[in-house]
Amino acid sequence: MEKYLLRNIENPNSADINEYVKAGGYKALAKAMDMKPADIIEQVKKSGLRGRGGAGFPTGMKWAFAAADPKMPKYLLCNADEGEPGTFKDRPLLEKNPHLLIEGMIISGHALRAKYGYIYLRGEYPQAKDILEAAIKQAYEKKFLGDNILGRGVKFDLCVHQGAGAYICGEETALIESLEGRRGQPRIKPPFPVNEGFLAKPTVVNNVETFSNVPYVLEIGPEEYSKIGSSDCPGPKLFSVSGHVKKPGVYELPMGTTLRDIIYTHCGGVTGDKKLKAVIPGGISTPVLPADKLDCPMDFVNMPKHGSMLGSGAVMVFDETVDLPKVCLRAIKFFEHESCGKCTPCREGIGWMRSILGRICGGTGNAGDIDLLLEVSKNVMGKTFCPLGDGAATVVQNFIKNFRNEFEAHINNKVRAER
Amino acid sequence: MKLSDKVAAEINSIKSRYQDPRSCLLPSLYVVQKADGWIAPEAMAAVGELLNVPGATVKGVATFYSMFRHKPMGRHLIQLCTNVACLVMGAEELVDILKGKYGLEPNGTSPDGRFSLVIMECIGACGTAPAMLVDTDFHENLNEKNIIDTLENYK
Repeated sequence: MEKYLLRNIENPNSADINEYVKAGGYKALAKAMDMKPADIIEQVKKSGLRGRGGAGFPTGMKWAFAAADPKMPKYLLCNADEGEPGTFKDRPLLEKNPHLLIEGMIISGHALRAKYGYIYLRGEYPQAKDILEAAIKQAYEKKFLGDNILGRGVKFDLCVHQGAGAYICGEETALIESLEGRRGQPRIKPPFPVNEGFLAKPTVVNNVETFSNVPYVLEIGPEEYSKIGSSDCPGPKLFSVSGHVKKPGVYELPMGTTLRDIIYTHCGGVTGDKKLKAVIPGGISTPVLPADKLDCPMDFVNMPKHGSMLGSGAVMVFDETVDLPKVCLRAIKFFEHESCGKCTPCREGIGWMRSILGRICGGTGNAGDIDLLLEVSKNVMGKTFCPLGDGAATVVQNFIKNFRNEFEAHINNKVRAER
Repeated sequence: MKLSDKVAAEINSIKSRYQDPRSCLLPSLYVVQKADGWIAPEAMAAVGELLNVPGATVKGVATFYSMFRHKPMGRHLIQLCTNVACLVMGAEELVDILKGKYGLEPNGTSPDGRFSLVIMECIGACGTAPAMLVDTDFHENLNEKNIIDTLENYK
């Protein structure tokens, strides 16, 4: 497949606006300025584009909800807070291809009649901040941003807002709270951000990769776009692959590429040709899969049928030497650190799960600890405002479901996890 | 405590980017931290006054986000990731090395004030794990040797 999202990134000056324009950039913007906002939304709907942040919600439908709300002004927010462990797919877009994101946001802003956009960028990407701000400045100079875009009287202002190390702010309502200068604690839904988001106005929050697909939809048209990859959630998809593979990195592949293809064809297989033990296919919150479950098409529709989720497309590969209860413990420590503290089941339950896993991995686990872990996880699952607690419960339940023997071995043999 | 004229001017210039002055809170805390290396309690109160936000609210926000520092830091800040991808690629050994070589503990500062160490929850460098940020520079594909070679460039 020809690359679109990552095209031209081998060019050392790919973040420069002149290089981007030379490679065909900002043509879709010119096209969009000749279109009515409603027609752009219609094209995005027709393309079948789904949000790339993890939930896979149809982008055109989200936009239509916000467009239908009469309240003004409307706001456009980019979620560049990818903090899901294993996920680094947006980093090459932000650092190497910032104008694709900016172009996508300007087109989206026009479609929604939004005049203000913010890129909520995670604090852990300081270089991306400098690169994005330089790119935005260039876009203003070329009149792609500002009060009179390309002389058509359309206004759109854009700036970067830096987060400060809170995974929860990747949840859209927590992101909005954070942008409003508050602690990043999720809001209860409804009302949804498309009706009451930033400053209680209709707000569309989309992921970096989602916005970066918008110019492509306009360039090749929704019919062509919908032919790429899986039929019910089409388009190119970025997969960030880490752990024990020969060639880790970010890969742009058609949606629906199988996990086996990603690991063995594109990433060259397991490092040192060791045996594969487990794969987390979509970031730490998605259910871990054993080595015999690799023939699943990586998309939003098919992954649930194979016992997991596409999530952010962050594939983490573990070879036969990995102590999975220890991985599980590290993952749960992460969720404990990142729980915002608003909902009791998440705040308290994850701490308890960490404590039980800690003694299992420390070689002092008790016979009933595995069942106790499952019991606690059930009291977290589905009992919180946002999906962070569900993520933690999912990790515990699926590591035990697929690799219970490893937990039992720690308990029965009083084995401490190795360094 | 008064904010320096430079810090106050920079915070005031940020206000124009937002429809609501309160949105300036995180950027303002960053301005203070960049100038001082950390955010002192008195600085939080001063930011609150400038943005017309109660001091207790500023403190609540500043302590929620893990990248704001609440005590003075060493000259260079090492942010080392130990999350799952870095863990399976050897991050724990790197924590030991930093302790042995520089006397650095997580959340601590080396006795000579050169480095502070913070353990991170994923810095988005999983494909080049293990990885760290030193100040604002990414260093990736670390091992027991090159981590020291890298850090020796920070005096």
